[in-house]
Amino acid sequence: MTQVALQTEPKDFYLHEHGIFSALYGSTFPEIREAGINAFRTTGFPGVKHEEWKYFNLSPILQARFAIATPAVVPGITREMVSRYKVAGRDALVLVFVNGIFRKDLSDMKESRVVAGSLLNHDGRKYLGTAGDLNNEPFHALNNAFFSDGAFITIPANENVEMPVHILHLNDSRSQGTVSFPRNLVVAEKNSQAQVIATYHSLNDSEHSFCNSVTEIFVHENASLEFDIKQNESVKAFHIGHVYASQQKNSTFNICTVTVGGGLVRNNLAITHADTGCTSHLNGLTLVGGRQVVDHHTVVDHAKPNCYSNQLYKSILDGHSHGVFNGKILVRKDAQKTNAYQSNKTVLLSDDAVMNTKPQLEIFADDVKCSHGATTGQLDEDALFYFRARGIGEQDAKALLNFAFASDVIEKINNDSLKSNVLHLLSEKLHAQIEFDLD
Amino acid sequence: MLKIENLHAKVDDKNILNGLSLSVKPGEIHAIMGPNGSGKSTLASVLAGREQYEVTAGEVVYNGKNLLEMSPEERAREGVFLAFQYPIEIPGVSNANFLKTALNEVRKHKGMPSLDSKEFLKLMKEKMALVEMDKTMTQRSVNEGFSGGEKKRNEIFQMAMLEPKLCILDETDSGLDIDALRIVANGVNGLRSSDRSFVVITHYQRLLDHIVPDFVHVLYKGRIVKSGTKDLALELEEKGYDWIREEQMIND
Repeated sequence: MTQVALQTEPKDFYLHEHGIFSALYGSTFPEIREAGINAFRTTGFPGVKHEEWKYFNLSPILQARFAIATPAVVPGITREMVSRYKVAGRDALVLVFVNGIFRKDLSDMKESRVVAGSLLNHDGRKYLGTAGDLNNEPFHALNNAFFSDGAFITIPANENVEMPVHILHLNDSRSQGTVSFPRNLVVAEKNSQAQVIATYHSLNDSEHSFCNSVTEIFVHENASLEFDIKQNESVKAFHIGHVYASQQKNSTFNICTVTVGGGLVRNNLAITHADTGCTSHLNGLTLVGGRQVVDHHTVVDHAKPNCYSNQLYKSILDGHSHGVFNGKILVRKDAQKTNAYQSNKTVLLSDDAVMNTKPQLEIFADDVKCSHGATTGQLDEDALFYFRARGIGEQDAKALLNFAFASDVIEKINNDSLKSNVLHLLSEKLHAQIEFDLD
Repeated sequence: MLKIENLHAKVDDKNILNGLSLSVKPGEIHAIMGPNGSGKSTLASVLAGREQYEVTAGEVVYNGKNLLEMSPEERAREGVFLAFQYPIEIPGVSNANFLKTALNEVRKHKGMPSLDSKEFLKLMKEKMALVEMDKTMTQRSVNEGFSGGEKKRNEIFQMAMLEPKLCILDETDSGLDIDALRIVANGVNGLRSSDRSFVVITHYQRLLDHIVPDFVHVLYKGRIVKSGTKDLALELEEKGYDWIREEQMIND
């Protein structure tokens, strides 16, 4: 951390760092990086009045002066240290990334019909950097400007793959607070079917760290992809993530985002139905406390007729935590017979927890079914008494009710290992003496 | 087993129980009857430990211990069971899961080992027969979408599983048709034993045709004003509660 860096504006800091970074590691993904830094130079960071960012206080992220993650291999990480994060089951193919850089030595590479590995070893040019709008997404632009590696996953046409693929991202800020730029590219070719799980963790809890991730997903005709995310970073970690999914004819894309960790977390999820007959399920479970902030922004762009989307986001907020849900459904003029639903439910466990929820429906077609709903409440006292009157202790009774609240989201994860990991996390976070069971 | 002495309780600053006394010995069945608003359900809630009810005077001794000092879960673990008048629907937790958690808490309290899934299923199957419950009911979420009769059967089923010492039935007959009433009553009768006592709270006599009490008490304005045998219930059925009111007015 230099004196010069402390005095500069956040934007100038990153521009300055980019100059050094390009000089040292300039040759990877040159066009994408160039486009990224140019867009960022034009837009800078969003101001406090920016509609998309007004409930999310960026200043802790912008004021911090992180070390920029480099392509160099971080020393001192063993397979043993990573093994506890491998939650997708023993059969899973696991790609491990440390500060965005692929680590074959820590990964579990397996014989699979899926093509999976580093972006540096596969040609992703057709897809990489094509999603989103850099001029409106400064953090996406910043990722473009600085990423050096990433996950490349292709499910070949007509393959129905049982073996899940787990992308495991670690932010290592043990020696200094580091900003990493993880990148994922997932392509499900025609008639394919698979599950990909991305998890985010931090290797320290004393330094602030920043994970600025971008995921691009392409689901082709008749393909079906489940993409699950688990965010379990330290409470000192900042996370801003963009996930884009573009769907072709009759494809299915399901996503479940489970957020338990992170101090300031912003998830931007944008799904585009680019052709007819698409189905998407967007599910989210947030369980935070303390001073954690978790902000989910979703956009479902219904561009073509006869598509279906359903969003179910649930939050359990304790302490002084703050949740945001902003769900936008856009139904374009051509998108007749669209069915689009949205539901956001929150349980507040303390008087100081806050939830802001905002549905945003923009409908330009006339023959559609759309609905949205939001509830925010406390645990049902009568239900609590019912459990206690059967001998279940107060803490466990509360945990059971929270579990009941969360269970319909957890049930949607099609991976038993991840599911039981999430249940275990839930039980731990709720200080329950009992373990939960889904049946 | 249970000794209630001069119990006073209020809810929302309204006095509901005004010096209620009742003594229940092991193996006995006591029926508490009374007109609406006499304090029947308040008694049940106070005994189970519902926090909205404030005890202002009197004491409740259960098996030599001060019941009023215990949390609701401690009471349950010590063998007090309240069959709710309005069982709560709890989506997301299966009946089986809920009961397994509760049963193992009670067993832990008794110093018994937890039941594993196989043992639990065996026990559940055995007790399900008692209230003619089918398997799907245990797999469904707690009381979710259950009919009135199913909810009440589920209460008795839970009672059978937890094997309490003191069972308090709060208007278990309300909302039941005659077949459901028979099933529920058979379930209760199947659980009668020399060391298990029942306090059956009811507005109508018809439940007592099936569950025959040793004693019948009439609760009026928060006190027991009359006690007798099952014949008292028949008298109430025949004459209604008005004569109790009239008697009380004379006494007052």
